[in-house]
Amino acid sequence: MAKRSVPEINAGSMADIAFLLLIFFLVTTTMDVDTGITRKLPPPVEDNDEQANVKDRNVLKILINSHDMLLVDGKPGNVETLMAKAKEFMAVHFNNDNFPEVKEIVVEELGDKKIWVSKGIISLKNDRGTSYEMYIKVQNELARAFNEMKEEASIEYYGVKYTQLVDDTKVKVINKIVPVRISEAEPEDIGGVR
Amino acid sequence: MSKFKTKKGKGAAAINTSSLPDIIFILLFFFMMTTTMREVTVMVKQNMPGATEVQKLQRKSLVSYIYIGSPKDSKLGTTARIQLNDVFANVDDIPSFIVSEREARDEADRTFLTTSLKVDGSTTMGIVTDIKQELRKAGSFKINYSTKKLKSDK
Repeated sequence: MAKRSVPEINAGSMADIAFLLLIFFLVTTTMDVDTGITRKLPPPVEDNDEQANVKDRNVLKILINSHDMLLVDGKPGNVETLMAKAKEFMAVHFNNDNFPEVKEIVVEELGDKKIWVSKGIISLKNDRGTSYEMYIKVQNELARAFNEMKEEASIEYYGVKYTQLVDDTKVKVINKIVPVRISEAEPEDIGGVR
Repeated sequence: MSKFKTKKGKGAAAINTSSLPDIIFILLFFFMMTTTMREVTVMVKQNMPGATEVQKLQRKSLVSYIYIGSPKDSKLGTTARIQLNDVFANVDDIPSFIVSEREARDEADRTFLTTSLKVDGSTTMGIVTDIKQELRKAGSFKINYSTKKLKSDK
């Protein structure tokens, strides 16, 4: 009996089919990575006023009005100097009434080392008419201030940049030494622009 | 009478293309892995402000998006609107949106749910503040202000 040869399947169009699939996926998907500023909202407040417990010198008040103008600590300010101001405010100043109180925390991870940290809080308040762009600019400047402080703390205690810390506990320690203390005040409608 | 045939009139040999589909399939799988499906058609303007101190949004499956901005279709006016999934919505719809987003996730992951606010730069904070208040009431505290990444001038 003669051996019948199996006809070969033409696979020439296989590439075309795969190409079509590829192009379909290229069109329907997005590659962009989502980036943004991550913040945590406070839980809703009940009637008891927690703000009353915070001393005035511990709070740096930042207000943005409906014309995108800044009021930092009662004086007109601008975005360019905001970072330096926030950093200066959050730094540790001993026996200085113009700056927030300091407290001592014990960090077990660093061998029960005692570290002085500021009790300061940055309070951010915006109007309904404030533009989102301005709000993000201010948030970005404040984030920059805290990130720089984290960087400094990281270099001081671990000798590496904060972004290069691999160990999760080290990141936690730095976050404990430099807590991001930005409080957003309850919204108010002053400017009248919606 | 030579024993060796000279190749004549045969032209170039055909290139074997049988592995071409495999190469294309590898490309296809690469794109399938690295990209995400576009789920909603954004109907509002999205010209996000830039920021330098941005973080990458991790675990995209645990992110719910709220789009805010003036409608792309100029017939719908210029006031900023909220878009949830594929429809325009009001501030009152946020709690039910959050609940449904939460229900759609695995029970163990629900606490890690992040809300990404994709807000157009020209929007006023009023509507954003309203949404933030609703999110606080709904118990969804982790938010992310979506921004473009700018190079820091260091």
